Amino acid sequence: MKQFRPTILIALVSALGFIILETLIQVRVLDDYTLQILCIAGINVLVALSLNLISGFTGQLALGHAGFMAVGAYTTGILLVQAHWPLLPALLGGGLMTALFGMLIGMPTLRLRGDYLAIVTLGFGEIIRVAINNFDEILRWVVGKPDMAGWTGGPTGLSGIPGYDVNIMVNNPAAFLWIYPAVTLAVLLVMNLIRSSHGRALIAVREDEISAQAMGVNLFGMKLTSFTISAFLAGLGGALYAPFIGYLSPPGFDFLRSVFFVIIVVLGGMGSITGTVIAGIGLTFLQEFLRTNAKDAGNGLIKLVQQSIFPGTLSSGAWTVDLVPLSQVLFGLILILLMIFRPGGLMGTRELPLTRLLSTPWWRKKAAHP
Amino acid sequence: MSRLLHAQNLVMQFGGLRAVSDFSLELAEGELVGLIGPNGAGKTTVFNMLTGVYAPTSGTIRLQNATGTDENIAGLLPHKITRKGVARTFQNIRLFKSMSVWENVSIARHSHVPYNLAQGVLRLPPFRKAEIQLKAEILELLAIFKIDNKAEFQASNLPYGEQRKLEIVRALASKPRILLLDEPAAGMNPQETLELMELIRFIKERFQLTVLLIEHDMSLVMGICERLLVLDYGRTIASGLPLEIRQNPVVIKAYLGEDAVHA
Amino acid sequence: MDILSLFFQQLINGLSKGGIYALIALGYTMVYGIIKLINFAHGDILMVGAYIAYFVFAAWGFTTGTVFLAVLLAVVGSVLLGISIEATCYRPLRSAPRINALITAIGVSIFLENFPRLIPAIGPNYRDLTVPKLFETIHFGEVSIDPLKLLTLVVSLLLMVVLIIIVDYSKAGKAMRAVSYDMGASALMGISVNRTVSFTFALGSALAGIGGVLYMLNFPLLDTYMGIMPGLKAFVAAVLGGIGSIPGAILGGLILGIAEAMTAGFISSKLMDIVVFGILILILLLKPSGLLGVHRKEKV
Repeated sequence: MKQFRPTILIALVSALGFIILETLIQVRVLDDYTLQILCIAGINVLVALSLNLISGFTGQLALGHAGFMAVGAYTTGILLVQAHWPLLPALLGGGLMTALFGMLIGMPTLRLRGDYLAIVTLGFGEIIRVAINNFDEILRWVVGKPDMAGWTGGPTGLSGIPGYDVNIMVNNPAAFLWIYPAVTLAVLLVMNLIRSSHGRALIAVREDEISAQAMGVNLFGMKLTSFTISAFLAGLGGALYAPFIGYLSPPGFDFLRSVFFVIIVVLGGMGSITGTVIAGIGLTFLQEFLRTNAKDAGNGLIKLVQQSIFPGTLSSGAWTVDLVPLSQVLFGLILILLMIFRPGGLMGTRELPLTRLLSTPWWRKKAAHP
Repeated sequence: MSRLLHAQNLVMQFGGLRAVSDFSLELAEGELVGLIGPNGAGKTTVFNMLTGVYAPTSGTIRLQNATGTDENIAGLLPHKITRKGVARTFQNIRLFKSMSVWENVSIARHSHVPYNLAQGVLRLPPFRKAEIQLKAEILELLAIFKIDNKAEFQASNLPYGEQRKLEIVRALASKPRILLLDEPAAGMNPQETLELMELIRFIKERFQLTVLLIEHDMSLVMGICERLLVLDYGRTIASGLPLEIRQNPVVIKAYLGEDAVHA
Repeated sequence: MDILSLFFQQLINGLSKGGIYALIALGYTMVYGIIKLINFAHGDILMVGAYIAYFVFAAWGFTTGTVFLAVLLAVVGSVLLGISIEATCYRPLRSAPRINALITAIGVSIFLENFPRLIPAIGPNYRDLTVPKLFETIHFGEVSIDPLKLLTLVVSLLLMVVLIIIVDYSKAGKAMRAVSYDMGASALMGISVNRTVSFTFALGSALAGIGGVLYMLNFPLLDTYMGIMPGLKAFVAAVLGGIGSIPGAILGGLILGIAEAMTAGFISSKLMDIVVFGILILILLLKPSGLLGVHRKEKV
């Protein structure tokens, strides 16, 4: 059973975390709003982890993961709304559909040099959004199948997606029960993948493509494998999102969202699973904080400045300013500063010392003391 | 001795530049052949064509496979050629820098691992057995080059000479029949070069290899090669036994210029 | 309208828009040629140029004088911005892995798109401008031509000619070509690599700045995200023509503009974006080095 040691360890730590959080939820220490953010954080971690697999570990920058998320979310949404599938198959359906998309997109593009992939995935992310928006139009021109019309809801969005629980009041706790284990499984999947021959081959591709090929690694095959798994996990993130939020609209999956995942991965460290988990949770809370508080804080600040310069005047409409974009400005700065001063992010390619210590692969221990 | 590799009339054209013209080479099983020539003569380009990094503009490369028949491997993707038993090292060391020494070697074994991706992720029994065996085999290979005690070191932290050795170990790990060494002694001192010569001879016998090597160090080339090929400006200007090559006026001219011949 | 008229109508529209794409694509292609970086923030330079022009027109109205002033200020502003971005954000990463520089460029882009929204004078809302009809519409049978579109095309083409002259015949242009061929060797030959790269960014940014003025005259609706789409499409144009190739960028821009206009005219304007990215995929599949690009092999 030694080969399961790290797996079991992560599962145990994760189960412990789950029990603590679940207790906090049950005794209502964690309010519904915090729980909601936790769920979003979980989904963000999942999608960012999928991006880390292709960009951090395999070295192929992808900029369209919001698009993959959209494919997963809409597929699951449509399966639930139109086909009335049960939850689990609908969630898996979302992931698998996205994996298929990933494979189809990857086949023509992964043969190209790395920086082209960034643009092509960006382009696909946009196309997916435009395609969802104009689904009916495309059906009419391309497929000629009017019976699917209205499935995505177009620009008005896809609403009425049944939640994790029929009782809307307890949807967040129910969602948590699904999202938390899913993220744990994804972490295990990526970790075990990375610590196998296939994972080592992925990292070799990142380190030196020509050398990896000369060692017999099928460059295109490995990239496609990584990209497809990445798409699956990103799609799963979107799939989990659909019944959680209940309503989907195309602008929610724009380029800025893709960039948000890039920021999580870069901040956490490209090639560090722990880093992605920490940065994913941290940045989600930061973003939520800025989203809810920046407007008040910004206007308060403006008022303060105004009254210190022109005492007596009260705030007039002309001077109010919306500070919501502040988070985006911050994220832009984070990316620039990280790349210049600390390109490895928080964790570099390392994992948490504790888990590394406890989960040193058994074959290494053996080798150290022959 | 049977003919293992036969390259015929290879041409490599980069735009207006003909880097290699009409290169032919026969390698018999178990031979150790040197490819020499001044800088820019096209030696590495020949390696790149043989290993699939570049597809030759024209010409064929016939490789004898296990069943005794031969097939043209010109223009195949590099990983396919490697899997057919042609491995190489690089002139400008190309290790996987952030990976450990043993992980570097393990990449060359990737196409040989007996478990698939799902078995690896799920940690099924084939995974465990294969990884234990893999690690043991890698340590054994590393031991030949006396770097097994550094198996867990990050590759980029090895001293230069050991990085060169690791390149050779990595190539060996892919279980080749033909080993192409691109300036294996570059940057080594005479003592290290001497040791390397011994090592190359040793692994050639131990793993029953056929070796083609590019080298600038004449003592190494003359010392171990059974046969030499001299390239200049992309053309083969001479071939033969080391002693013949040493006295060939055309070769001396290519290396040292016109005056040296008459001196 | 019969098919032929529609065709010519859309051809004019497409060439005009394609001209703007080509102007932006030139910046992408020159920067990529010289430091192998996809300068994500390039589309946002167009936005800055457009805003500068907007403020000039909003303050002083439309006259020949203000048009020239707007172009002048847009060029100055874009050039300063472009040069300072390169010097502060990209220069420290010149020897870093390309993926790092690319991520930095995304950071710069996000910053440029959102920082102006914090400035009260710009803010997060759309701004529109009524562009007065400068000329009478010209009619040829059923085809009606807006002279503004013709003007846009003519200005773009003139700028391209000027650029080609600079790159092919000036000393700085020669330095640019040398650095893009081999940065190390150029430095050894006494060419100031930093100054040459700055010059390249200046040229590219100037074109994008003017492109911004032309764009806002043709589509007078501004917000800080307005540069993303034209920027992206111009990049597609650069890839289509062969990234690194100046004639390629021009050809790619014009083809893309025409393709868009034809899609809008004959199929549906909603599918324009899909067609553009479809072209990208096709060219990458069929000829990854682009229509006029040269394929360079990595040295091993």
